[in-house]
Amino acid sequence: MSADFPVALVFLLGAVVVPLLHGRLRTAWMLLLPVAAFACLLTLPLGESGQVELLGQTLVLMRVDRLSLLFGYVFVLASLLNVIYALHLKDTVQHVAGLVYAGSSIGAVFAGDLMTLFIYWELTAVSSVLLIWAQRSDSSFRTGLRYVLVQLLSGMFLLAGALLHWRTTGSLAFGQIGLSGPAGVLILIAFGIKCAFPLLHNWLQDAYPAATPTGAVILSAFTTKLGIYALARAYPGTEMLIWVGTLMAAFPIFYAVIENDLRRVLAYSMNNQLGFMVVGIGIGSELAINGAVAHAFADILFKGLLFMSMGAVLLRTGTVKGSELGGLYKSMPWTTGFCMVGAASISAFPLFSGFVTKSMIMSAAAGEGLLLTWLVLLFASAGVFHHAGIKIPYFAFFGHDSGIRCQEAPRNMLVAMAIGAALCIGIGVFPQALYAILPYAVSYQPYSASHVVAQLQLLVFSALAFAVLMRTGIYPPELRSVNLDSDWFYRVLFASWAQRATDALQQARATFGRMLRSTGGRLYARIHRHHGPQGSLARTWPTGSMALWVTTMLLAWLALYYLP
Amino acid sequence: MSGPREYWLDRSENVSKIYRGLWLFGLALLAVDLALHKHEDFAFAAWFGFYCLFGFFACVVLVLVAKRLRGVLMRAEDYYER
Repeated sequence: MSADFPVALVFLLGAVVVPLLHGRLRTAWMLLLPVAAFACLLTLPLGESGQVELLGQTLVLMRVDRLSLLFGYVFVLASLLNVIYALHLKDTVQHVAGLVYAGSSIGAVFAGDLMTLFIYWELTAVSSVLLIWAQRSDSSFRTGLRYVLVQLLSGMFLLAGALLHWRTTGSLAFGQIGLSGPAGVLILIAFGIKCAFPLLHNWLQDAYPAATPTGAVILSAFTTKLGIYALARAYPGTEMLIWVGTLMAAFPIFYAVIENDLRRVLAYSMNNQLGFMVVGIGIGSELAINGAVAHAFADILFKGLLFMSMGAVLLRTGTVKGSELGGLYKSMPWTTGFCMVGAASISAFPLFSGFVTKSMIMSAAAGEGLLLTWLVLLFASAGVFHHAGIKIPYFAFFGHDSGIRCQEAPRNMLVAMAIGAALCIGIGVFPQALYAILPYAVSYQPYSASHVVAQLQLLVFSALAFAVLMRTGIYPPELRSVNLDSDWFYRVLFASWAQRATDALQQARATFGRMLRSTGGRLYARIHRHHGPQGSLARTWPTGSMALWVTTMLLAWLALYYLP
Repeated sequence: MSGPREYWLDRSENVSKIYRGLWLFGLALLAVDLALHKHEDFAFAAWFGFYCLFGFFACVVLVLVAKRLRGVLMRAEDYYER
């Protein structure tokens, strides 16, 4: 394969063939695509290639540097795990959508200009919504519609910003943009929607729990991390992002504690992890950027693993509500184990992946003297262990025994989870392997005695807090419920405004119609009175009276004639 | 098979064992602070037991606040479907 062949096309063209294949051939083909794409990545030369001239602009399909390559690797890796995880499915739509989604995300990562980025950006939106609609229920259809509207809105902001950027700078190149002009603001909003900035975040918690068991795993890997990549490319060192990220790391954990749907808990904890990455990008130092993208890499794997374990639970029991589950370790011991590896990784236990990546961001924040941010991130670190590290495994697999007895997850799911778990531990034990492919050279050492002890103290005492609250009955029980979040504004408030506006409009129309009818009626009545059958102007006269009048007229004429 | 299998965790005294074990482990970690001098960017983070207290109280505050939030935010499961 030629070195400048766009890697995205491996998936996009490969996906077209999938519906034509069946059985083992299809399985082999779908497994081959990520492997081929990975081989492609390994041969890529650094630099720009795949230039296309369009409308006087040079579009760069492949911009290969250490940053895009890192995301390329992890996206291909995630797509391989996703394919394995979904192998048992017969649903062609989901297979094709998953591959196109992965391909377009990879295409966006290597895009060297804003127009190529925009095209792939929209393609990720359109392909990913199929993973929600594949659930084929009324409510998931509506959720998918909300999801895709938000994603396309992000695309519109990107397009508007890109065109404005082109007008002001004369270039479409996708590099450092910064917040200097309106174009920068528009593009930041576009990226902010994908990264789930506070108040722009709720599509994430709304949509991911509505996707199919396998769809949620695929969704969790790409869209938000693509946002992080784009942010790291265009806005490193933008101070505002430190505060946005700090807020993002903190507020979702409160929601996660009281949320009943365990996949939505994961969506909240994803929001919280994205907050760490956004802080890293906002700080913008080499250590911070390294930390942000390394954490994105690790997050794709451990969050994918957690979504996989919940997907397996959903597949086998039909629910992921904390209020319905419990005691599943008896039926699904392997899934339980893999889930706990994911939980330990997201909680940043030593020897697991989160420990070696999140700490780079924490260390960068402390190094810059950002006291408040550091304290909030530390709070969020304790909180994430609490809601994702303990709550997810506890309420699903341990806790009160729900009495549900089911089969262990299908073998292909277990294989995908096993690989994911192995990678989480592998990165935790051998961080140098990940550090070697980060954008900047790494001198950071995660395994110092004081760091390991501090982290263990933080986590063990968080666990103790959970245990104490649980045993004293203070811990809020899982309840069947929904919690209001920013989607309330557009699902209830704006909807009620729209309803009211429609009502008012309808009423105005009805009043106008009534007025028109009554005015018309009156007009008609008047015409009718004068010109109708009985109207004085349209009355028919008897012939006799006419003859009489004619005689009268003739007599008058005669009289006048004889007058002297 | 004679009845449902009994698991080790099904017995509440075993759960209590884990609970006590966790406390012992936590206290042991706290004791490490006596011997180990941490290198921290912020001086207060090196105080004795800082991470232990922070972790414990952060989670207690988190849960208590979240519990309060339920009063404001929680709605019936079919809230949006009605």
